[in-house]
Amino acid sequence: MSATALVLVASALALGTPLLFAALGELISERAGVINIGVEGLMLTGAFAGFLGCWMTGSAVVGMAAACAAAMLLGLVFALWVVVLDTDQVVAGAALNILALGVTGVAYRAVFGVTGAALSVTTFPPLAIGGDDPWFAPLRQPLPVYVALALVPLVWVVLARTRLGLTLRAVGEAPEAAASLGVSVTAIRIGAVLVAALLAGAGGGYLSLAYSNTFVEGMAAGRGFIALAIVVFGRWHPLGALAGALLFGAASAAQFQLQAAGITVSYHLLLMLPYLLTLAVLALASGTAAAPAALGRRREE
Amino acid sequence: MPRLEARTLLVPIAVAAIALALSSGILLVAGANPLVALGALVQGAVGDGFALADTLIKTCPLVLTGLAVAIAFRSGAWNIGAEGQLLVGALAATAAVGATRDRPFPLPLVAALVSGIAAGSLWAWLAAALKLRRNVSEVIATIMLNFVAARLVGWAVHGPLMETGARYPQSDPLPMAARLPMLGGGLHSGIVIAALLVPATWFVLHRTALGFRWRATGDNAYATRVAGLAPAEALMTAMLASGGLAGLAGAIEVTGVTGRLFEQFSGGQGYTAIAVALLARLHPGGVAASALFFGALAAGSGAMQRTAGVSAVFVAIVQATVILALLAADSPWLARRRPPTRHTEARAA
Repeated sequence: MSATALVLVASALALGTPLLFAALGELISERAGVINIGVEGLMLTGAFAGFLGCWMTGSAVVGMAAACAAAMLLGLVFALWVVVLDTDQVVAGAALNILALGVTGVAYRAVFGVTGAALSVTTFPPLAIGGDDPWFAPLRQPLPVYVALALVPLVWVVLARTRLGLTLRAVGEAPEAAASLGVSVTAIRIGAVLVAALLAGAGGGYLSLAYSNTFVEGMAAGRGFIALAIVVFGRWHPLGALAGALLFGAASAAQFQLQAAGITVSYHLLLMLPYLLTLAVLALASGTAAAPAALGRRREE
Repeated sequence: MPRLEARTLLVPIAVAAIALALSSGILLVAGANPLVALGALVQGAVGDGFALADTLIKTCPLVLTGLAVAIAFRSGAWNIGAEGQLLVGALAATAAVGATRDRPFPLPLVAALVSGIAAGSLWAWLAAALKLRRNVSEVIATIMLNFVAARLVGWAVHGPLMETGARYPQSDPLPMAARLPMLGGGLHSGIVIAALLVPATWFVLHRTALGFRWRATGDNAYATRVAGLAPAEALMTAMLASGGLAGLAGAIEVTGVTGRLFEQFSGGQGYTAIAVALLARLHPGGVAASALFFGALAAGSGAMQRTAGVSAVFVAIVQATVILALLAADSPWLARRRPPTRHTEARAA
């Protein structure tokens, strides 16, 4: 492998991590039957809260905790609406995105005023693995990358091999049957939505605390929606989500490499790549019956 | 479609009031004086003739995109893509003027408006085709197309449509032959087009076979299929109409208001449209009223940002609160706990 390829792998991992966090969370929520198109807003909230927490305490770890907590708070609102009040999931998710955009925008201005200069915070340092050896470059990633990777087998095992996982999947496939067996569909779904929010918040926190060191309005930039697509692409399986996150990470990385290499394709056309790739991937991957049977369905229906 | 009873009007008005109250609470938390901020907001929306004109100008695209979303949602098509459809509409309108700019009025203007509609429809068609042929969720497809459209506009104003002399990433100003005639008082005639499309949309939705098919598909796609009414066709035509309206909104913005295309061309009107349509209960007449509400908020929020230092994205909080409050008002969970009205009793019997 050449040095370029190693750099590509390294940045595919770095760029794929926020997607992996969010996609794993969304996967858990969807396996319980709740589709949350508000992931984008949850990530944005995480990015802002992470930035704010780190700016106030100087600790990236505290920032990450704040990111997860803030996203969970917003996730609680979503859970209250779609699980308890049993409202439409798509519309409530859209409202969540708009709410996050407004709250982070107003809060950023309220806390930091209108400063021209970009504020920066301390970030998660890359782990020092293998010294300067270029072969180990892809491994020198900040801690959250490893946490995200470790979550893949964890989510897989919990979903496939534990009682809790079985119950959660039952709630997503046949909520009425699960309820008749004494399972609280409400409790399971609220739990799933909150875990999903936590992970989306971690993905957002990664953006402001590891991938960059600042917050920009709207900095999730569609990653939450791409995470939704990754769940479909990965057929609701954690390994599939990992593959999807790496694919999109690689596509974004390739986009930057093309730019750096001075390929004369317009910068703006390159920026379209992840979104076009999402559409292409969905067109190829959709159409199968892999989705949880009760996904997005209101209980009244 | 609920019958016109007190609740039909009361709920949206109560929701708008609740949303404003809650959002003022957020202003307080954000460290602003809500009275000063809301005062500036009202002043900026209806304070004088300029403010009123600004409100009407900001209402115009919201009427069109609101109608677009209402048609789609009534037909069971979750078109979250009015934003992208508006952007490609503005882009196509600008490009069409470029091709016809030496022709006399009104040819460039007509070319711009027609191209805007066509481009918006095409953008919606992409999502509808992906849905019907490849079973791709139209929610995700339309959102992705929003991002693609924004990048496409960015590319155009940095590339082929960049102004002569290439100083800024924006198009050349449109020639007068391509501008919508002004009505006086700073208002452009696009507002008349939007106003006429309100009853027109109502008529199509409620008085034609096409509108009936749309509504039937939205209410129950399965029953529609059983009745032989082709829900796929209804979804496609609804998306084309929806995209066309949003594309027209973009074309009217560029020919009536901005006079040229630039990056960040849309201030999120395509997303605001969702709140507009929902507050209107997906009814065309309601869209006019709720677009006016959000148009006034948009006009006032600029003044609020200048006077009270509150970010104009504050409006997004009001929008989200409106949507959440409406969802809660319609919640089946609450309905189960509400004593049955005569209306529901009659239906149950």
